[in-house]
Amino acid sequence: MIRYIIRRLLMTLPTLFLVGVSVFALIRLIPGDPAQLMLGDSVDPGELVEVRRQMGLDQPIHIQFFEWASKVLQGDLGVSLSDGQAVLPLLVERFQVSGVVVLIAVMAALMIAVPAGLFAAHKQNRAADISIVALSTVLLSIPSFWLGLILLLTFGLALGWLPVVGYVPLSTSFLIGMSFLVLPIATLAVIEAGVLTRMMRASAIEVQRLEYVTHARAKGASEWRVLTRHILPNAFAPTLTLVGLILGNLLGGIAVLETVFTLPGLGRLLVDAIFARDYPVVQGCLLFTALIYVLVNLLVDLCYPLLDPRVTAE
Amino acid sequence: MSASRHRWHFNAVVGYSLVGAIALIAAVAVFWTPYDPLHLSVRNKLQAPSLAHWLGTDELGRDVASRAMAGAATSCWVALLTVLFAVTSGTVIGLLAGFIRGWTDRIVMAFNDTLLAFPGILLALAIMVIIGANQYGIIIALGLAYAPMVVRVVRGSVLSIREKEYIEASVMIGNSPVVTMLRHVLPNCVAPIAVLATSMFGWVILSESALSFLGLGVPPPAPTWGNMLSGSRSHIQSAVWLGLVPGVCISLTLLGVNLLGDHLRDRLDPRIH
Repeated sequence: MIRYIIRRLLMTLPTLFLVGVSVFALIRLIPGDPAQLMLGDSVDPGELVEVRRQMGLDQPIHIQFFEWASKVLQGDLGVSLSDGQAVLPLLVERFQVSGVVVLIAVMAALMIAVPAGLFAAHKQNRAADISIVALSTVLLSIPSFWLGLILLLTFGLALGWLPVVGYVPLSTSFLIGMSFLVLPIATLAVIEAGVLTRMMRASAIEVQRLEYVTHARAKGASEWRVLTRHILPNAFAPTLTLVGLILGNLLGGIAVLETVFTLPGLGRLLVDAIFARDYPVVQGCLLFTALIYVLVNLLVDLCYPLLDPRVTAE
Repeated sequence: MSASRHRWHFNAVVGYSLVGAIALIAAVAVFWTPYDPLHLSVRNKLQAPSLAHWLGTDELGRDVASRAMAGAATSCWVALLTVLFAVTSGTVIGLLAGFIRGWTDRIVMAFNDTLLAFPGILLALAIMVIIGANQYGIIIALGLAYAPMVVRVVRGSVLSIREKEYIEASVMIGNSPVVTMLRHVLPNCVAPIAVLATSMFGWVILSESALSFLGLGVPPPAPTWGNMLSGSRSHIQSAVWLGLVPGVCISLTLLGVNLLGDHLRDRLDPRIH
């Protein structure tokens, strides 16, 4: 078990290193002078030379990288070009919005998908199964930003139940804050439930054919016990992997939804920074999101042995 | 089992019909649309659907049906080129890595797995930062973002195929590695590539519309479903059709591609079952 954890932890190091190299390279691959890019348009030549020296652009490239990397490791991601704010606190602040939405949405999606997938597998090829599969296939074909727009139109504008534009931090007022987050969370939850239900159903069907399930039934275990004790844990492992991928993808892809609902999240920050050519923020967002993605997948892999102890045996 | 076969058959028919219909509309739109999709007519702005304008007009008086048709052409064209780019580059790299093995394989796969460790859309955004937002930028960005998946699938297939006896036979009768690779290994990788390419077509349509919605994809005035949806936001209350049409178009296309993908997977990739 310990060896598995150590091996898995070590495996993230090369990934993180290459993530760092890519983000470092990004700013140097954009046509133009990196110092000029970092400073924005109107600068006097003196400042440019100073920044070039500060960024170490007069140094060989590998030294530049190590200097940059050691700053990043100390949490220094530079300052935003548009308002001079330090990048890291900005990222953390924005991440709280996106993180809450994504996390609650995926939990809600799991609460729908796990029972629905198990039930569909249990009723394989019967009317209930066919309806569940059809519905989840339709759900996974709807773009999140469109469903968001439709929900906004229905519950925000037509019915007037929920606010349409704006955001209040949860720390200021939990209830009012949540009223802004209900629709984005519902949108994501509904769509991700489609993907997860299909996955859960497919792996449950695979597992319920195995002999140990027949054995459990033969020994007289109730159908409920067979489903929850014997099929669920084994069928859940592939779904958990998918959850990891979804969490990461959502963090990368949530920009669209944050645009629909005008939420000040991480995705929106990245897109605005791209438009504003605010490269320190762009770099920070990419680095931060990739880091979260790697960490989430690490966490998922570390949870794996809890479901399936065979993973650690080798 | 008969119920299940019947159902997959039904799904395949719906999938083929949807994809066929969209492809037909896209092909027709290249040569003909009811109106010029770029023609402005402010006098006719925001008209509800009527006989003259089946799906109404937008905030600049452009015919929505014509724009949706032209959008189908743009989206399908971009998706087709992107998938082609990802599949070609991914296949070449995967084939080489799997066939040469050794250090080439190890280095290529380490790099490939790192790229896979980024969410696809984020990778595409990062690449868009470098090359800028335009129609060809988005093809390169999404193509590069999705190619690592192809590399992984192709290399996996190559590794299992190259152990087969007929490959040994091909080498033994004196075929060069290149001939063996192209004549005997590659054709046997086609099934998994086809399954992946189909799903990928759907992902690219979705990513492209998302990027265009953000304003980082195909730039206006060229219509795509994504930027039509983005433009509809300010008028969504007074002109609901503006938001409905592109959304329904994207959803139906994705539904068709997903059903087709499921069908192909059942037919071509028995490992899944």
